[in-house]
Amino acid sequence: MSIHARVCLNRSEFLLQAQFSAPGQGVTAVFGRSGSGKSTLLRTLAGLETPTPGSEISVNGVTWFGQGINLPVHQRRVGYVFQEPTLFPHLSVRGNLDYARDRSGRRSGTGQGRGNGFDEVIALLGLEAFLQRQPGTLSGGEKQRVAIARALLSAPALLLMDEPLAALDLHSKEEILPFLDRLFAGAGMPVLYVSHSPDEVARLADHLLLLEGGSVLAHGPLAEVLGRVDSPIARTDQAFSVVHCEIAELEGPCHLSVLRTAAGDNVYVPRIAAGQRQAIRLRINARDVSLCSQRPVGSSILNVLQAEIVQLSEPDHKGQQLVQLRLKGSAELLLARISEYSCQQMALVPGINIYCQIKSVALLC
Amino acid sequence: MPFESDITALWITLRLALITVLVLLLTGTPLAWWLANTRWRFKSIIEAAVALPLVLPPTVIGFYLLIAMGPEGPLGRLTAWLGLEPLAFSFTGLVLGSVIYSLPFVVQPLQSTFSGIGRGPLEVAATLGARPLDRFFTIVIPLSRSGYLTAAVLGFAHTLGEFGVVLMIGGNIPGQTQVLSIAIYDHVESLEYASAHWLAGALLLLSFLLLLLVYGLNRRFDMVKI
Repeated sequence: MSIHARVCLNRSEFLLQAQFSAPGQGVTAVFGRSGSGKSTLLRTLAGLETPTPGSEISVNGVTWFGQGINLPVHQRRVGYVFQEPTLFPHLSVRGNLDYARDRSGRRSGTGQGRGNGFDEVIALLGLEAFLQRQPGTLSGGEKQRVAIARALLSAPALLLMDEPLAALDLHSKEEILPFLDRLFAGAGMPVLYVSHSPDEVARLADHLLLLEGGSVLAHGPLAEVLGRVDSPIARTDQAFSVVHCEIAELEGPCHLSVLRTAAGDNVYVPRIAAGQRQAIRLRINARDVSLCSQRPVGSSILNVLQAEIVQLSEPDHKGQQLVQLRLKGSAELLLARISEYSCQQMALVPGINIYCQIKSVALLC
Repeated sequence: MPFESDITALWITLRLALITVLVLLLTGTPLAWWLANTRWRFKSIIEAAVALPLVLPPTVIGFYLLIAMGPEGPLGRLTAWLGLEPLAFSFTGLVLGSVIYSLPFVVQPLQSTFSGIGRGPLEVAATLGARPLDRFFTIVIPLSRSGYLTAAVLGFAHTLGEFGVVLMIGGNIPGQTQVLSIAIYDHVESLEYASAHWLAGALLLLSFLLLLLVYGLNRRFDMVKI
């Protein structure tokens, strides 16, 4: 069960040429700058744009495009959440949801539907209180929650989300993210999630597809793609890695909580509210990691992880190098951005053991 | 007091306007939809043709229609071949003339409403599994309510005031093709000003009430939209 796509689309001044496979479950983030073809790729998968002949799209064994087939949009089992909330203004919230549910049976066939129960979806997105309201009376975040519920109720085999949080203010984003966590944790269908926010990608995605100028630069498991020293993110100042931890001690010393990496190193973070999940994702910016050849003593930096150098990038024009590290005793990758001069002074080469000092981490529950 | 023939003229006028609007809504919807969505390069030719009745003197439209409906004209031959009554000087002929005369008043509001909806809601509906016709009836029509109201009332009111076309192709047969505006003209010609006042006043009031209805309802629709 997986998604295969080989699409080519020629628009004036833009050429999309993307080939990739994504797993048949979990969240695949489609990441790239604006204009890199993220939305066009999603629209093509949904059938809203027609690729050139010779393209192929198949989802979980069903051909949507190719071999003489071009399924119209309404026959592709796709759920689409657009960037702008797109509720039908002439229907109530319930009317919008019913619109999707009433048409879901026709294309899901028998035994294929995921059995998205109406009540479960309503509960999942917390819409109980809104059903009788008109879309115009909802906030942006609430509208987008209804739009997500509506997409789920159409019994999709593939859920496409085109920057669903981009049009929302910070407050609405914070409000909607926990719903997305819950949704993705239990989603039985694959999700393609377009974003240009590293935070969203780090928090929500299991896999990553990097797009630039209409082409796929890299795709694969999140940590693996993020850990590459030659990816387009790595080339920017935004380079970051995602490290998985478990909660070791919620009420640590001095308003801190203690997390533990897979390798058994402690990570101190500002106190986490109780009741959160056991597994925590940390986003660590490459520029916040510095390297020491010996365990640092007498440093104010609390978080020190042991790692082994895997590879180094070529120095860039600012005299900076990216170092890819593997955390000791695990498969997790960490990136550090340090100066070329430091690399030379410390004689950093692949294979040596090193200590990583981490100035700050972002919690991504 | 109005004559009995005036009441008949009023009745014929209302019937003519109503039938004309119904025909126009049915034929104007696909035409307006096509105009709003086509990418055909010569679309402006059709748009200009639809708008012609706005600028042409009604007598010109009437003149050509009269020729077409005559025994040697294409419409005249068609009706003769089908074994029907000639269209000229008949109520059916009046309906045909009015449909052409009021075409832009129905097609243009519909076209601008359809364009205003844009592709967005239709794309959403398609991703939710709605077929093309389903999309049209469940999304486009409800979202075009105010456009339909404007089109219907403008078409109706414009047909009410028709004069030149009717005079050319309808003759002025009392009880068959004599409409209100021509009845008023006849009264004035015969210096029956009191009767003319009655009819003119009725037409004025009717037209005003209709427009009031459009603007009032449009405001309510707007409020519902928000």
